[in-house]
Amino acid sequence: MSTTTLSPLSKARNESAARSLGRRRKFVDSAVKWLCLAATVAGLFFLASIMGTLLWRGLESLSLNTLLTEFKPTSYGEDTAQAGGLRHAIIGSLIQTAIGTVIGTPIGLLVGTYLAEYARGSAFGNAVRFVSDVLLSAPSILIGLFIYQLVVLPMGGFSGIAGALALAIIVIPVVVRTTEDMLQLIPNTLREAVIGLGAPKWKMITLVCYKAAASGILTGILLAVARIAGETAPLLLTSFGNNVTSLDLSSAMASLPIAIYQQANSGFPDLIRIAWSGALLVTLGVLAINIIARAVLRGRH
Amino acid sequence: MGSMTEQTTASPAGFGGMQARSAEALNTQARISVRNLDFFYGTNKALKSINLDLPDRQVTGMIGPSGCGKSTLLRVLNRMYSLYPGQRAEGEVLMDGRNMIDASVDLNELRSKVGMVFQKPTPFPMTIYDNIAFGIKLHEKLAKSELDDRVEWALSRAAIWGEVKDRLQSSAMGLSGGQQQRLCIARSIAVRPEVMLFDEPTSALDPISTLKIEELIDELKRDFTICIVTHNMQQAARCADQVAFFYLGELVEVAPAAQLFTAPREKRTQEYITGRFG
Amino acid sequence: MQQTITADASAIPAGGVRRRTGSFGDKLFEGLCRGAGVLVLLTLGGIILTLLIGGLPAFTHYGLAFLTSDAWNPVEDHREEYGALVSIFGTVVSAVLAIIFAVPVAFGISFFLTELAPEWLRRPVGTAIELLAAVPSIIYGMWGLFVVVPFVQIYIQLALGDYLTSIPLIGFIFESRSFAGTSLFTAALVLAIMILPFIAATMRDVFLQVPPVYKESAYGLGATRWEVVKGVVLPYTRISVVGGIMLGLGRALGETMAVTFVIGNANRMPQSIFDPSTTIASVIAMEFPESLSGSMKQSALFALGFLLFVISFLVLAASRWLLRSRLKA
Repeated sequence: MSTTTLSPLSKARNESAARSLGRRRKFVDSAVKWLCLAATVAGLFFLASIMGTLLWRGLESLSLNTLLTEFKPTSYGEDTAQAGGLRHAIIGSLIQTAIGTVIGTPIGLLVGTYLAEYARGSAFGNAVRFVSDVLLSAPSILIGLFIYQLVVLPMGGFSGIAGALALAIIVIPVVVRTTEDMLQLIPNTLREAVIGLGAPKWKMITLVCYKAAASGILTGILLAVARIAGETAPLLLTSFGNNVTSLDLSSAMASLPIAIYQQANSGFPDLIRIAWSGALLVTLGVLAINIIARAVLRGRH
Repeated sequence: MGSMTEQTTASPAGFGGMQARSAEALNTQARISVRNLDFFYGTNKALKSINLDLPDRQVTGMIGPSGCGKSTLLRVLNRMYSLYPGQRAEGEVLMDGRNMIDASVDLNELRSKVGMVFQKPTPFPMTIYDNIAFGIKLHEKLAKSELDDRVEWALSRAAIWGEVKDRLQSSAMGLSGGQQQRLCIARSIAVRPEVMLFDEPTSALDPISTLKIEELIDELKRDFTICIVTHNMQQAARCADQVAFFYLGELVEVAPAAQLFTAPREKRTQEYITGRFG
Repeated sequence: MQQTITADASAIPAGGVRRRTGSFGDKLFEGLCRGAGVLVLLTLGGIILTLLIGGLPAFTHYGLAFLTSDAWNPVEDHREEYGALVSIFGTVVSAVLAIIFAVPVAFGISFFLTELAPEWLRRPVGTAIELLAAVPSIIYGMWGLFVVVPFVQIYIQLALGDYLTSIPLIGFIFESRSFAGTSLFTAALVLAIMILPFIAATMRDVFLQVPPVYKESAYGLGATRWEVVKGVVLPYTRISVVGGIMLGLGRALGETMAVTFVIGNANRMPQSIFDPSTTIASVIAMEFPESLSGSMKQSALFALGFLLFVISFLVLAASRWLLRSRLKA
């Protein structure tokens, strides 16, 4: 008190100035509110536009025939010609996605376990965590280049297994992240209780921790599946695409995203229509898996 | 809902009048008068027909077991509850003849008159100087020299000027817990409120810092009307001029501190201050 | 180790056998986990190494000029020449423009979701924004080609072109003779819409981590919602917010499909943001499948891939570092 000459309490606040300042502050506040509302509406509008376009253009040509027929070249506007379909691409996508998930999931699970249960705070663990996070957001086309050099060149050509391996590399970091996060949510008291019964650590992890974190880990796997189901770029350099149904993992294999990419850019209206129905299938599939993943996580909590 | 409110008001008959007189007993005007206040978290009624006067430039202490509604009442006084949907108050909180829980009241103006200090220190992630200037700049446009003076004044009033005057431009996060809490008090003072609310201001502090805050509150009541929620009865006895005891959402008893702790009228008060429950 | 177990086993005979298997199981399981961790490190190492080895012929043949040359002549005669400048330029400019478009909108969405929206609206709108992030990038590309490209053509280039080019000093960046609608600008727009939900979700999550009592302190001083966000929430979260923006930038830099559809894939230096251009990722997607293994073209594409890796690694590492330093604090 004594250090200041000013005693603001005795000096009344200038009420009219305060009121005009208050009006300006409220104006700015409400302007920002409206802008934020507009931003949110814009975000929702983009989603609506994408979904609306997909449904409108995709349903136009989606039929049983699209699901059951293989690729056919353009009919050049001939109505009598039988339209092609996406059977080869759907089967190819299912195979590569399934193999990619089956290879990538256990590895991701083990890495996530290592980070959460064995390497908390260790330098090696931090390095693995960092590298996994970098892989999580690394440009996926570079993973395609990697597998091209590692698998496609030695095998002498594009192949389904190369595509599946590229997808597996994308699965791993997604599963690592959710596994580690979910295991870390488990209270240490639970771990101590299991160890206190005399169980070895690996049994504690596999029998108790995995069970406690099951729904979270499953969510991570589902999100990984959703992510690779729509991946295009790495497949372009690994399984390349194929116009006929092929179950042979050692030769080029079709996939939905690649079929969409090729037919959408073909310039032929009939092929573009098929690309739209493929796009609708992929999007509905990916969004459905996402929604299921959320439901799994929420059902638990 | 209206009729229910009236019924509950009717039950502790004559109580309101007795409490309203408490300000007169302390020989001062009431700065804030709470009348028939009910408070709801959704459908759960957390405060039941509260009547309480906060005497001008006196310290009112609010005590009671956890969940009794003392903090809830504090958060009604500056309408902090209106941040959260589903929370609402009914009744009157009178200040300068206006009902402060009326929807038409300007919240920013109300909060410039009724400052609040929280349980844990809440320094903003900026410099010490900017922490104090933050609140001032909201309500007033001051020249740099005036702002400097005000910051110095507020820090001096909060008894922390000497400790921070050489590092006003360093981060407030680097202060000790007790210093952070006095900084938060200074930040509230700087806005020049008339009423200051303290929500368990020392529960996160060590005994020496606690003592400093208590001395400060004693000093501040020369200029401010103060209301302090505390779970510590010794603190209430040391700081407060009048003490209000809450239990299960009701105001059981309000009296000058000496009287409440030595000769409580109510049996529940007696049991609480002698440690029979809570 | 072995000895301790034997001693244990003799002390408690009944449990001895099981303990030993437990210990073996422990070693095996930990080894498996550690091995998987090593595999992850090897994968990243392998990616760097293959890109470098694949690009080595181009790097040694052209030297530093590879970075500064805007040539791209895949004709296999004496004119064959490759340079990275155009695609690096396109990559960086489209990604940075996308960030400039996306960040204000993402901030608006996250502010709306954390402070403004009524409770019942927050979950559905938040979920919708998250679903937008789940849409595969090829769908953004296709939607961009058939919806955004015509929109840019008609409603931006034709309708606003004259106004934009007459802006003093910067007008020239809008001056283009290409009216195809596929351009650097369109690519940035589609990228912005694609990374918007990522940035918005990150910002929302970090805003939610600000303890309510800090916000209450500012409200208690009489601040408005905007003043609370500007004065307390943003300073409190600024490092993580920048980290989230960098994460979005990393995604935009490496995105292939959403860009390839709409950028026009022209490997020459754009004079205007409405000119077609290309990015590293889309050059690789367009030209790699038809390049011959062992050719200089393929090596140049690997070299581009290596450069893309370096750029996005720097951005992602910075983002990780920023987001992590918050967790420690």
